[in-house]
Amino acid sequence: MKKFWAWGALIFGLLYFILPLVGMTNFSLKMRRGVYSLDAYAVVLGDPRFQETFTYSILMALSTIVFGVLLVVPTAYWVRLKLPGLRPYIEFITLLPLVIPAIVIVFGYIRLYNTSSWLPLTGTTTGTNILLMFGYSTLALPYMYRSVDTGLRSIDIATLTEAAQSLGAGWTTILAKIILPNVLVAVLSGAFLTFAIVIGEFTMAALLNRPAFGPYMQLLGANRAYEPAALAVMSFALTWGCLGLIQLVSRFQKGAQSPA
Amino acid sequence: MSSDSSAARPPAREPFRLPLHWLGAAPFAIFVLLFLIMPTMRIVVGAFQTPDGSFTLDNIRGLFTTSILSAYWISIKISIASALLGCLIGFAVAAAAVLGGLPKWIRGPLLTFSGVASNFAGVPLAFAFLATLGPVGLLTVFLKTQVGIDLRALGFNILSFWGLTVTYLFFQIPLMILIITPALDGLKREWREAAQILGATNAQYWRMVAFPILLPSFLGTLALLFANAFGAVATAIALTGSSLNIVPILLFAQIRGDVLGNPHLGYALAFGMIVVTGIANTIYIWLRARSERWLK
Repeated sequence: MKKFWAWGALIFGLLYFILPLVGMTNFSLKMRRGVYSLDAYAVVLGDPRFQETFTYSILMALSTIVFGVLLVVPTAYWVRLKLPGLRPYIEFITLLPLVIPAIVIVFGYIRLYNTSSWLPLTGTTTGTNILLMFGYSTLALPYMYRSVDTGLRSIDIATLTEAAQSLGAGWTTILAKIILPNVLVAVLSGAFLTFAIVIGEFTMAALLNRPAFGPYMQLLGANRAYEPAALAVMSFALTWGCLGLIQLVSRFQKGAQSPA
Repeated sequence: MSSDSSAARPPAREPFRLPLHWLGAAPFAIFVLLFLIMPTMRIVVGAFQTPDGSFTLDNIRGLFTTSILSAYWISIKISIASALLGCLIGFAVAAAAVLGGLPKWIRGPLLTFSGVASNFAGVPLAFAFLATLGPVGLLTVFLKTQVGIDLRALGFNILSFWGLTVTYLFFQIPLMILIITPALDGLKREWREAAQILGATNAQYWRMVAFPILLPSFLGTLALLFANAFGAVATAIALTGSSLNIVPILLFAQIRGDVLGNPHLGYALAFGMIVVTGIANTIYIWLRARSERWLK
């Protein structure tokens, strides 16, 4: 009896999740009347706007990851090594982007960094791109920081630092050659999650008027029927790929650590 | 532990090293200040300012008009409905996988899938549901032609309260599964055995042992899911355009084109959002601290 209900709950859950995925896949294949075809995908992939916005979002994601790593790894390392008293406060701050909705943060940006302010970032294209990258870094901060901090916990950074220092290494060498390789798996899983978040982000890009993938999808969704479904399938595959890579990478780490 | 490394240096340099300690956290502090704290404070302060900068409560008072109140009310209702249903269904699925005697291999894929699905929010999610439950969606057409149930005739519309709730559930349920599974794992077998030895029935064990232990995690996750739904902008906009009057959509339109005709009312609207999600998250953090007492 218990098993019956357990299977029932599981199957209900599975149906709920699989139906929309089947629905969108099915819909994306129906562009040509009467037969299944990949026309919608061909149209989307051939659209120059798709190529532009997708490239833009990928570049944005990559720069966000680089900036995030440069910001988070030294900070998390330094806080663990020298300022352990600060940890709870930093942790609290890194969780704030989960509490403050993204739309509120970007609203603040628009008011704070407009053309008549002390730092007119939204005045130029480059400035707006940088502002958007900072916004994405803020959104990814909770995931990136937590991931890196957990990675640092599993290694003895005090001993590693002293060993490196006694061999004459400076801070840059320690961070780049000792700490980063040791937390690489944690950094990678933070990076993949950042990628998944940035690639489809809508709110910030739309309100800062940047030609990113998220607003493009929304625009297409408002005007077309079959192409949006094709985009949804691709973006689900992308999310799936990113998170699958995280699983793979962390399994790889477990395998590498167990002999030691 | 950290004092060890400084002991290696000559003691005369000690006073000069102290500020350098703090400099290490400076880039992070500056970044967070400039791109997280200050923008948020600008909104909070702006909510209490007149256009020329003096203090006022008029903006907050301005929120209490019929259209804005109804936007908050619909937002809160959708958030509550999707959080509550998400908690219940997520709990049922997690309980089935952990306690229901299902094969062990189901767990891994279930948690992985939940990790993916809880991140599959935003514009693509709206498309997936339009393709399934929209006017010509897979399920709508199937039910109409094969089963004879006309969802539209029954009053269901994807661009409505229930449509949005059903769509939000797609990321709410997996989030619940991800959070509640460790809590279910934390129910020790010894507790159940102890209860049985003392003569408790299965129902009594659930009512008097398991339920009180799980309650803080359950309520905490409820608060988290509430905040999660309340702040969701992209899904709502992609799904309904601007046809549904909810707070994130209203704020989005206000930032784009000052639809309320008063920039500072926009600040107040955003401030209201921070207050609502802030309260929900405080409840979550407080309850999570309580539930962790049992999960060590």
